Amino acid sequence: MTDFITNVTLFVLAAFLGYSVITKIPATLHTPLMSGANAITGITLVGAVVVAGSGATTFATVLGFVAVVMATVNVVGGYLVSHFMLEDFHGGGRRDG
Amino acid sequence: MVEVLSEQVVRLAYLLSAVLFIQGLRDMTHPRTAVRGNLVSAVGMLIAVGVTVLWFEIISPVVLIGGLIVGGLVGAWLAVRVEMTQMPQLVGVFNGFGGGASALVAGAELVEFQAAAGGSFPLELAVAAAVSGIIGAVTLFGSMVAAGKLHGVISTGAVRYSGEHAVKAALLLVAVVAGIYLVVQPDLLSAYLHAAWVPPYWVLILAASVLGVMLVIPIGGADMPVVIALLNSYSGLAAAGTGFVLNNTALIIAGTLVGAAGMILTVIMCDAMNRSLTNVLFGGFGEVATPEEMDEIYEGNITETSPEELEMLLDTAGRVVIVPGYGMAVAQAQHAVAELAELLDADGVDVAFGIHPVAGRMPGHMNVLLAEADVPYDMMKELTEINPTFSQTDVVIVIGANDVVNPLANEDDSSPISGMPVLNVGEADTVIVNKRSLSPGFSGIPNPLFARANTYMLFGDGKESMQDVVNEYKDSR
Repeated sequence: MTDFITNVTLFVLAAFLGYSVITKIPATLHTPLMSGANAITGITLVGAVVVAGSGATTFATVLGFVAVVMATVNVVGGYLVSHFMLEDFHGGGRRDG
Repeated sequence: MVEVLSEQVVRLAYLLSAVLFIQGLRDMTHPRTAVRGNLVSAVGMLIAVGVTVLWFEIISPVVLIGGLIVGGLVGAWLAVRVEMTQMPQLVGVFNGFGGGASALVAGAELVEFQAAAGGSFPLELAVAAAVSGIIGAVTLFGSMVAAGKLHGVISTGAVRYSGEHAVKAALLLVAVVAGIYLVVQPDLLSAYLHAAWVPPYWVLILAASVLGVMLVIPIGGADMPVVIALLNSYSGLAAAGTGFVLNNTALIIAGTLVGAAGMILTVIMCDAMNRSLTNVLFGGFGEVATPEEMDEIYEGNITETSPEELEMLLDTAGRVVIVPGYGMAVAQAQHAVAELAELLDADGVDVAFGIHPVAGRMPGHMNVLLAEADVPYDMMKELTEINPTFSQTDVVIVIGANDVVNPLANEDDSSPISGMPVLNVGEADTVIVNKRSLSPGFSGIPNPLFARANTYMLFGDGKESMQDVVNEYKDSR
């Protein structure tokens, strides 16, 4: 049960921290914020790696494999599209050409 | 493989990852540092996944590596080949995958627990798995429907039917009952329901999956910014829930951060329409205006203009504001619009873009389209920043936007968009509206702006019209 209380503590603190950081992000960057945040959700890959690799039962392994594929798509795709979008943003002086 | 790293090292590595995620998000507060922020966040992910692979006993490395390669290739392929205009649906798909993965991981953990320990699940495990499963499955299927609507393969209209709320309530009830069954595990029908594959969990997933479809199907295309932001939040919460299942701090912190991010965006989008989340999800707009109502406002009051006339106005303008809407994205007119802005700016005209928070199909949609077309971000102004400047503006060009510039929001208390913050373009000397026709926007109501004396309609395709204006402008220089 102490683990559970620690987890709840982390959850509540992370929610407050997330709120205060994300409210400062300008509307211009809301799309890359979403895809970047989305890539972070791919952290579930960590859990997927554990269940896919442990091979406890065949069924769990199959579930783990599908989860690894989905989470990796999310992580790799999410970070890449955010990168491409953010690279387009430039300000102040105009680019030549 | 033996244990390579001690558990303490793994936990500290997760903490480092969490710090990098937070720093990455902090760097997102300015376009100059945002590229770095995204990389910092990606490094955090690499560390978290790396130590996990090294630490845990990997009995079936082929399965794991195969999954990583397949997922990595598919993700990279989608990211590289996507057009900027398809970005909303791709973000939707990625969202869904995150949520789906979380639901599957929670299920796999239950199956493993059953196989290893047997007996009943600990309370925390069962509750967390049920929550993660419901949210994850709703996210996966809701996102797929949202992406289908955005891609035009599913009707983008608001599909309403009688009894829809009862259907949704029933599905949620089934999912919750299955969740309670997991938690309580009564001896009822034990031979069937206590099988090794944990049947109640999959009943829960099935009900939540159908619920995800049913929740998003009725919601119209223009409300997708809210839906996409909300599903973004859900995918984070599903990951956090899975973190509770696995007792994994990295999942809890990262998932919660994303949950908060999505929730904030959801609230911003709802405020920008002066509608509650409940109204967006379960309400929707009423009937579309009848031709008679439209005629009453438009008949005899519409003044058409041409690219030539618009060019002449721009020749003498000191300040020009361009207001883009979803129509600009549909017509792929952003490059022509950006070129026009660049030409005007080079001639010393004060040019700005006025961007409404819900313009487009996801938060910040117009901004990424314009950024791709090389519009500098300091030209893109938010609603509160641009509104006080319209009275000193010579020409406003509205391209493919409708409801976000509808003065009824301020003037008519009985209007369905009453109280919605709008861009007060009518305060400028001249307003040019580029649209294909006078058809109403998403709210289904006519727009009196089009009938005003200082408004001129430039009918036609956005891209062609803007290109014509650019060509006229170049010729006259």
